[in-house]
Amino acid sequence: MTLDKTAAAYWKANIRIIFICLIIWAISSFGFAILLRPALAALPITFGGVDLGFWFAQQGSILIFIGIIFYYTWYMNRLDQEFDVDEK
Amino acid sequence: MDQFTLNLIVVGASFALYIGIAIWARAGTTSDFYTASRGVNPIVNGAATAADWMSAASFISMAGLIAFVGYGNSSFLMGWTGGYVLLALLLAPYLRKFGRFTVPEFIGDRFYSQSARIVAVICLLTISITYVIGQMAGAGVAFSRFLEVDNTTGLLIASGVVFMYAVMGGMKGITYTQLAQYCVLITAYTIPAVFISIQLTGNPVPPLGLFSTHAESGLPLLTKLDQVLVELGFHDYTGLHSSTMNMFLFTLSLMIGTAGLPHVIIRFFTVPKVSDARKSAGWALVFIALLYLTAPAVGAMARLNIVTTIFPNGTTEQPIEYSAQPDWMETWAQTGLLAFEDKNGDGRIQYYNDNSEEFAATAAERGWEGNEMVTFNRDILVLANPEIAQLPGWVIALIAAGGLAAALSTAAGLLLAISSAISHDLLKSVLMPKITDKQELMAARISMAFAIALATILGLNPPGFAAQVVALAFGLAAATLFPALMMGIFSRKMNRQGAIVGMLAGLTMTLLYIFTYLGWFFIPDTNMLANTPENWIFGISPLSVGAIGAVVNFTAAYITMKLTGEPPEHIQELVESIRVPRGAEAAVDH
Repeated sequence: MTLDKTAAAYWKANIRIIFICLIIWAISSFGFAILLRPALAALPITFGGVDLGFWFAQQGSILIFIGIIFYYTWYMNRLDQEFDVDEK
Repeated sequence: MDQFTLNLIVVGASFALYIGIAIWARAGTTSDFYTASRGVNPIVNGAATAADWMSAASFISMAGLIAFVGYGNSSFLMGWTGGYVLLALLLAPYLRKFGRFTVPEFIGDRFYSQSARIVAVICLLTISITYVIGQMAGAGVAFSRFLEVDNTTGLLIASGVVFMYAVMGGMKGITYTQLAQYCVLITAYTIPAVFISIQLTGNPVPPLGLFSTHAESGLPLLTKLDQVLVELGFHDYTGLHSSTMNMFLFTLSLMIGTAGLPHVIIRFFTVPKVSDARKSAGWALVFIALLYLTAPAVGAMARLNIVTTIFPNGTTEQPIEYSAQPDWMETWAQTGLLAFEDKNGDGRIQYYNDNSEEFAATAAERGWEGNEMVTFNRDILVLANPEIAQLPGWVIALIAAGGLAAALSTAAGLLLAISSAISHDLLKSVLMPKITDKQELMAARISMAFAIALATILGLNPPGFAAQVVALAFGLAAATLFPALMMGIFSRKMNRQGAIVGMLAGLTMTLLYIFTYLGWFFIPDTNMLANTPENWIFGISPLSVGAIGAVVNFTAAYITMKLTGEPPEHIQELVESIRVPRGAEAAVDH
């Protein structure tokens, strides 16, 4: 019974971190680069002569995507050990 | 040494390398052939995935797509990279844990149904065959342009090389050739970009150069670009000139489609561990990003270079005379991909936007009678880059080898996905379940050979709809395979009926929408509505419909699941076991 509970808790923790990662994924691409670009443009920050939204669309989002995957990998490796479900 | 000999030497050397690898990495078992026996280092797999993923479209066309539209086409950059986040978080580790050979095999086992497996095979074949046509055609073009052989001979040579390493080595041969091909293509792409970046901005790193100062004018590069384009009546580079909603949906469709492409997914079956599958997706994206961060810099800088070449004294001054045009313009004009026409007969090249009504008055005032750069094929941009930057001949030869590496590596990955679906999913599991491992390996090789022959024939007579076909492949991957795979992992209660109805609903809806605007099976003039924004339902472009197809798939599957029963107990246990990494080793001996 305890084992089953651990598996369920592990899955719940995994879903939680996937959810957080996907929110960051969506905000950096669909948010900053597309929908929120006008709002970002209103800020007094420019990057290389253009507003931040353009940077997110052509570079920022890709860099954040890489960051998300490596963070998730690191986090899950830790989680796997914590719940004792890692590969031996 | 002349350019032709140089091209021949560099391309020949790269081919010799691929064939050498093929001989070294022969496949002995079906496990070797389908998944390289799951012994591939995750970083090596990342580089192989990057080569697998980056096709002729990424290598040759993408910079041009961005250069002539600007911000609006950032969708390609975000869409074709963002899909890897979905792969790493939602699919790759679980499919690796499941430990089988093909994508339809997962769908068939998880949904305990041969029908589901066959529907998945149909989706996979449609996606991969349409995709492979473009690769073979691209390889043929690269051959005929750089090696001065005709298209047919070029294509046959390309097929012969792929045949060598794909049929002999299967996944094992393909993986290590793709690693070599990645090195060739990234070097070829980066070198000219670095030189152009130094020339324009003094910064040797192109992605940084894009956001730094244009050395000549002292303005930020992008400000300068916006300025000269607007002065010639074009849209500014950094603004949005299409609908926000379509940009949103198109990006989303490309992301979901990327995550659902079978030839990319099967690469994650080759790594030793579940945690390696996650890590490998990260490395794949790093290797892809090296090109994808360079591409927008190449696009913007090449666009600026073209304008300043034609208007050396600024856009408000006279453009150059035809007699003073640089060599590369003459060279490429011979191919017909670049064409000029002296419309007002003044002997100078006027390059401007003659479709702009606001600019018409200025143009008339200056005595211009239409844009005189009548053709500029966007694919020239990357191919002519070394010539525009006046780089030595070996860089041009490298670009030829790079373009071929991009096309061949993607073709090989697709061919493996096609042949394994035929030999493993149709023959072994449905038609002839009794065949031995050895016979199945032979069947896999024969179906690979057939797939290459089919791709070659289709590449020789490419149906005239290359661009639409890509939309179809991504749309279908997004609308069929991705939702089925995701529900198979994340919904324990999803049953056979739900998955089949979902895939069929997504498939039908997406096909109908695309065919309505682009013609039935892309036959010209059979479209029922003109492909214009006014006719699109809710203004959704047929290129962006994949994301909607995915939503239809999820919804139809959920409703069907609610109306039918739960899946059997052992399937629910199977789902539980996919979700935890432990125990993955056992699957290796499959």
